[in-house]
Amino acid sequence: MSAPEQAWALPSPLAEAPPFDTAPSLPAAAEAPERLVVVPARHPWRWVAGAAVLVLLAQFVHGLATNPGWEWQTFAGYFFEKSIMDALLITLELTFAGAVLGFAGGVVLAALRLAHNPVLKAVSWGYVWVFRSVPLLVQLLFWANLGYLYRTLQVGVPFGPGFHEFQTLHLVSSLGAALLGLSLHEAAYAAEIVRAGMLSVDAGQREAAAALGLPRGRQFRRILLPQAMRAILPSAANELINLLKSTSVVYVLAIGELFYQVQVVYGRTGRVVPLLMVATVWYAILTALLSLVQHRVEKRFGRGATR
Amino acid sequence: MSTGPGQAARGAVVEIRDVHKAYGKNDVLRGIDLTLPAGSVTAILGPSGSGKSTLLRAINHLEKVDRGFISVDGDLIGYRRVGDRLHELSERQILKQRVRIGFVFQNFHLFPHLTAIENVAEAPLSALGRPKAEAYATARRLLDRVGLADKEDAYPRHLSGGQQQRVAIARALAVDPAVVLFDEPTSALDPELVGEVLDVIRSLADAGTTMVVVTHEIGFAREVADTVVFLDGGRILEHGPPGEVLDAPRHERTRAFLAKVLV
Repeated sequence: MSAPEQAWALPSPLAEAPPFDTAPSLPAAAEAPERLVVVPARHPWRWVAGAAVLVLLAQFVHGLATNPGWEWQTFAGYFFEKSIMDALLITLELTFAGAVLGFAGGVVLAALRLAHNPVLKAVSWGYVWVFRSVPLLVQLLFWANLGYLYRTLQVGVPFGPGFHEFQTLHLVSSLGAALLGLSLHEAAYAAEIVRAGMLSVDAGQREAAAALGLPRGRQFRRILLPQAMRAILPSAANELINLLKSTSVVYVLAIGELFYQVQVVYGRTGRVVPLLMVATVWYAILTALLSLVQHRVEKRFGRGATR
Repeated sequence: MSTGPGQAARGAVVEIRDVHKAYGKNDVLRGIDLTLPAGSVTAILGPSGSGKSTLLRAINHLEKVDRGFISVDGDLIGYRRVGDRLHELSERQILKQRVRIGFVFQNFHLFPHLTAIENVAEAPLSALGRPKAEAYATARRLLDRVGLADKEDAYPRHLSGGQQQRVAIARALAVDPAVVLFDEPTSALDPELVGEVLDVIRSLADAGTTMVVVTHEIGFAREVADTVVFLDGGRILEHGPPGEVLDAPRHERTRAFLAKVLV
């Protein structure tokens, strides 16, 4: 690094500055810029903070490994156990069906909310209000008790004669009640996510599509929806992950999904912590998978959005 | 209303009769009468808020008028006449009418998730139902015509403002419109990019399409337009050949406006 030396040697109007002043670098910049070396700013506190966090983390991992209370042997024994696998499948089915039905309902509700018809608008708003107000757990219990409210259900003319009658108890099984509750709950949140996505598309896009004379359905599918998807996807993925864990609430209807099943097992064996860990790790794995899918799908819909 | 490729190059007559439009209490258009002959190029000038853009948007029914009507080659736009009543057409029918009328926006409004060629081919594909190969061939030809043959796979974000507007012009032309409307096509551009877009519009003027251009480019209006219309307060203050309106305006308002924009 000869730059400072060089600078000292150069005659400069600032040469008579005090020896500890940094001034000499100034004439150097003015007269020999190619000799200057850029030194990035140091960030010592980043290292300190990083080290502190790593120590805490190491302590936690050490505890996981050494504390016998975690009972990793038991955990390993149950992780792939048949009854857990079956329960996992039911959790996945509930999540998948709930997401499909919920988002289908959400799209319809969002369309109603964005329609010009004030009645449809109000109904959509009312639905979202009701289903966001009622806790999922409470809603599920209502569906499970539908047979108490209405012993039979009829298909027919409104306020007129009926054609076919069902026994409510036969129509709505506990699994049906769970799926119904999850879907209706999900639809209310999905409606808001879809609506936000549609509103995020610049009004000029709709106008440009209309000015070109593109048919209405094509405007929606080809122009508006792909752009709305960019705003919809992150929230939708968030909601899907939320739904995955919300399926654990249906244990109140005695449905053998993951959380219900681990309770059954630890009720029998008394090994609470390792079995809760079985459920936790499975939920974490599924969430990781969903996040991965989210990343892929977002990338696909991000076309043209990044340089 | 045929749009066969043979006659499409010929422009259409646009008639504007007694058009009124208000937003709430604000009268934007207060009785506009104008006939634009087939193949003519009309420049609409006027101070901001004079109703220029609203008039332009009314021509393809992006804006509904409160009174009066607009027709293209004798077909009412947006309405069907039964006796003395004008019945508004369904959205579907209006969309069909718009295929004959191209529109170029101030802010381009290209579809950001589609490449340049996909933007241009979209209307031939879905509004005209052309086969894919044909729609893309048309799109390629048009991109070449606006000087962007090498940019067909670029997304709008990767193009400069001037290039985006040229793609937007190609997109508007892709359905062989009889009328093309330009809403301040260069107002959103950096000064050094204005020329390339005006060059493209100038080249269209000779092709026989009826064109209406809302603009602040007085020099361009003088050179390309055969009629200049000066709008103020929702009325046509004067109109005529550029030589008359721009060089010897009869109204004080026109003179004042021109003095401001020509500085």
